[in-house]
Amino acid sequence: MTTGVLALQGAFALHQSRLESLGERVVQVRIPADLEGLDRLVVPGGESTTVSMLAERFELIEPLTEFAQSGKAVLGTCAGAILLSAEIQDGRADQRCLGAIDISTRRNGFGRQVDSFEQEVQIPILGELPFHAVCIRAPVIERVGESVTVLATIDSRPALVRSGAIMVSIFHPELVDDLRIHQLFLAM
Amino acid sequence: MSSTSSEPTVHSTGSQLVKRGLAEMFCGGVIMDVVNPEQARIAEDAGACAVMALERVPADIRVDGGVARMSDPEMIQGIQAAVTIPVMAKARIGHFVEAQILEALGVDYIDESEVLTPADEAHHIDKWKFTVPFVCGATNLGEALRRISEGACLIRSKGEAGTGNIVEAVRHLRSINGDIRALTLADSAELFDWAKQLRAPLGLVQEIAETGKLPVPLFCAGGIATPADAALAMQLGAQAVFVGSGIFKSDDPAPRAKAIVEATTNYMDAHILAKVSRGLGAPMTGIGMDDLDIKLADRGW
Repeated sequence: MTTGVLALQGAFALHQSRLESLGERVVQVRIPADLEGLDRLVVPGGESTTVSMLAERFELIEPLTEFAQSGKAVLGTCAGAILLSAEIQDGRADQRCLGAIDISTRRNGFGRQVDSFEQEVQIPILGELPFHAVCIRAPVIERVGESVTVLATIDSRPALVRSGAIMVSIFHPELVDDLRIHQLFLAM
Repeated sequence: MSSTSSEPTVHSTGSQLVKRGLAEMFCGGVIMDVVNPEQARIAEDAGACAVMALERVPADIRVDGGVARMSDPEMIQGIQAAVTIPVMAKARIGHFVEAQILEALGVDYIDESEVLTPADEAHHIDKWKFTVPFVCGATNLGEALRRISEGACLIRSKGEAGTGNIVEAVRHLRSINGDIRALTLADSAELFDWAKQLRAPLGLVQEIAETGKLPVPLFCAGGIATPADAALAMQLGAQAVFVGSGIFKSDDPAPRAKAIVEATTNYMDAHILAKVSRGLGAPMTGIGMDDLDIKLADRGW
């Protein structure tokens, strides 16, 4: 199995090294041809407006949308959650989202960097041991559609959600040594 | 640091993980110097992953001379209001009160920068005391490790700001990454002498010998003027680039800014680099190192 990591901008190298440590073959995705033959895709965190613009300029919006609709597993973290969502609040007027999962995300919903935080979070699907969630200028998931399952919350708001083969988090599992989110993704 | 009650759920801000985490999010991106809201919007439209708010770009600081200080808070707030991407700002080396003010303004990263006139000739800011993260410049591995030991969460090459000349940044990146490679080959007894030679904490030296990389991201700054310069820095091991005077001192900033963003993403693909480098107009003129009156990279200790 081969996993692609969208490598337009952001924390793609960390996701890659986490997945490789689990024995996964990983390919960096920067142009449409890089998506060929992939079984799964990670859309990492970074600056969501930058990633949206680069996805347009390198003609990735349609291929990424098709990939997400194909039923193959996709993991989006932070800015990746924003890109995969159905609606963006407080984004740029020209900011694109792929509509891959029926959620509405609000950019920087927790505030600026001085408000960024880390926190232990209970994620029942991962067992009793809490997960150390790191939120960096994180988005808030303001709305989830009926098809979406909330797997964890922070401050009573969705923090890890899943719909079919698409899973997104507002936090950064690639920043911690705990590999359970990546393992869950690889098992999807 | 804020924490709550007796619940197992501890909410904490300003930790090293949270501060270094934002640096990781800038990877593969371009951080652009801007001096007003209009430039900030051009930078955001071009795909910058952050902007650096400052009163004058380094090329102008060079020409004007005098003491260069933290920017007017009003100007920084104007830029914060104009864009949605992270906003960084510069404090003078050792000027911890400028840093306190920048933190109060809610800037997302502070650059303790040699581009401004140093306020302390012996000490850098104790960056551990702050919730806001800091980036610092370095010309070699020892300097990088001293800054990290003071709490810096991101290291950039100093290069030679305001020159449009990449030669110094290349020297600094090669020096830092070359010494890291050499450290991984040293035996444990040699690391004590390495720490002495580098004037750096032994613990950090041992950590790098083991991991083969800095504990924080390494970016390139100082002298980037073209898409090819940005790609060169990336291929030499920088994880992102700062562009100072190179954009807004060129003939046509908007397309150049966009091209540098695209080149930083596809830094390994010469066909894309050729495509984005076409028809950008004249880059900033640039200065040779022999013609410099002041070398900014010498500032910092």
